[in-house]
Amino acid sequence: MVSTIFLTATALPEVIWIGVIIKAVLILAVIAAIAGFGTYIERKILAFMQRRLGPQHVGPFGLLQLAADGIKLFTKEDIIPQHANKFIFSIAPVITAATAFIALAAVPVFPDFTIPFTDILVPSIASDINVGILFVLGMMAAGLYGPLLAGMSQGNKWGIIGSARTAIQFLSYEVVTGLSVLAPIMMVGSLSFVDFNDYQTDGLWLVVYQPIAFVLFLIAGFAETNRTPFDLLEHEAEIISGYVTEYSGMRWGLFFIGEYANMITIGVIASIVFLGGYNDFLFIPGWIMIIGKIAFSFFFMLWVRAAWPHVRPDQLMWLCWKVLMPLAVINVLITGLVIMI
Amino acid sequence: MYETIAFYTFAISTTILFLITVMSKNVLYAMTALASGMVMISGFFFLLGADFLGVVQLIVYVGAVMALYGFAMMFFDATRDIKEKHQNPALVFLLGGLMALMFVVIFSAPIIGDNVQALYPIVEGVGNAQAVGMVLFTKYLVPFEVAALMLLVAMIAGIILAGKKMDYSLTTSEAADEEINVEEKLQADIEREKGEA
Repeated sequence: MVSTIFLTATALPEVIWIGVIIKAVLILAVIAAIAGFGTYIERKILAFMQRRLGPQHVGPFGLLQLAADGIKLFTKEDIIPQHANKFIFSIAPVITAATAFIALAAVPVFPDFTIPFTDILVPSIASDINVGILFVLGMMAAGLYGPLLAGMSQGNKWGIIGSARTAIQFLSYEVVTGLSVLAPIMMVGSLSFVDFNDYQTDGLWLVVYQPIAFVLFLIAGFAETNRTPFDLLEHEAEIISGYVTEYSGMRWGLFFIGEYANMITIGVIASIVFLGGYNDFLFIPGWIMIIGKIAFSFFFMLWVRAAWPHVRPDQLMWLCWKVLMPLAVINVLITGLVIMI
Repeated sequence: MYETIAFYTFAISTTILFLITVMSKNVLYAMTALASGMVMISGFFFLLGADFLGVVQLIVYVGAVMALYGFAMMFFDATRDIKEKHQNPALVFLLGGLMALMFVVIFSAPIIGDNVQALYPIVEGVGNAQAVGMVLFTKYLVPFEVAALMLLVAMIAGIILAGKKMDYSLTTSEAADEEINVEEKLQADIEREKGEA
């Protein structure tokens, strides 16, 4: 039924406030549900790759494990350490979760569609600002204040090390993220996600023209979301849990939700900027394509987690400043030269 | 209507946040207020329709304040209990007075705002980034290039200052140890000569 309600972008009624609200609720519901369900998927996939069984006792195939975890998180005692800075300690998890969802306000997830039998147009993007890609990257960067403040406020040496690592990791990989998306931005000539999508409607996907930028963006994306080769902020073997050492219950859960929402955002950006966006592909409608691409990039992150060990902080810095950044600069230079010629 | 409400919200929160930055002795409060104040300022750019500048404000200052946190982490104990005691009532009086004046200006700003004319009005059909680019590469070309040159100088200086022994790993490489030993020997020699003299 859903496939019949998607129309083409031409000849549509005006975007009204109710459409935007429906879109916002849709994004929140879908992403929050996926972020919760993601924990189950992550455990199952990791178990499959490591020849284990994963969760299987709660409900069929362990599907209700998610509910059990939720009940556990909500009913756990909320502990604030005696010597922590209570105010900052309490708002730090909220920063992570809130910025992750604010970033999603400017991300197009499904194509435009009208609700059947009404004139309500639900736009592809909740807030179509002209500089969408910069806004999303900036908001995700602001989200790293969560780990930073959490580590500094808890009065715990592991926390301080975790927040110091947040600062260096963010300051280094922000450069790579910016430079790697700069090349596609130069080709498209716009900062709007909708323009990125439309640029690839007829032609090839941008990943064909910009393979280096795509790989660099993915690597920097792992660093920005603290996923496994680069999860130095909470590296269990070295610094207990880093910035989340003193957190318990739902405050810890908020960090988790923020991290999963950021993974999905990275997936959406990669799909729209490099992998053809929500355009139809052969006979497959666009909304299936975009869900497939986001799901694949989510799976890819879990796959990498199962396959790669952690890196040391000095290896991380070496990789960023001596390999990735020069590559990104050269890529931008070559793109500029080709565009000029 | 909504814009007015948003303007007052952003204006008052910015003023209060920066006042906390100046007055608080707790480094964690001061830094956090500074960072959130910078985010609030970007709200003004969005209100004025300058999306690009707003996002640039967000990205640049989020990163810059994050670097300041690094220094705060090195020099201060962020969780120590600090008594927020202000010995100088004149300073509080002065800053409070300035803030009150600021609020008066803020509330009268829409009245003054009617008479303001934009030097570079928004051109229809031209995006924000393009408009900034056009102004940067025509009217402000020289300051722009000078700023680029200064940044280049700063970058080279930073690399030279931080780049000493960059190729050695301080923990594993023996070459670094030898170099440190040589320097220590030199230092000892100099001190001995001083002693003899």
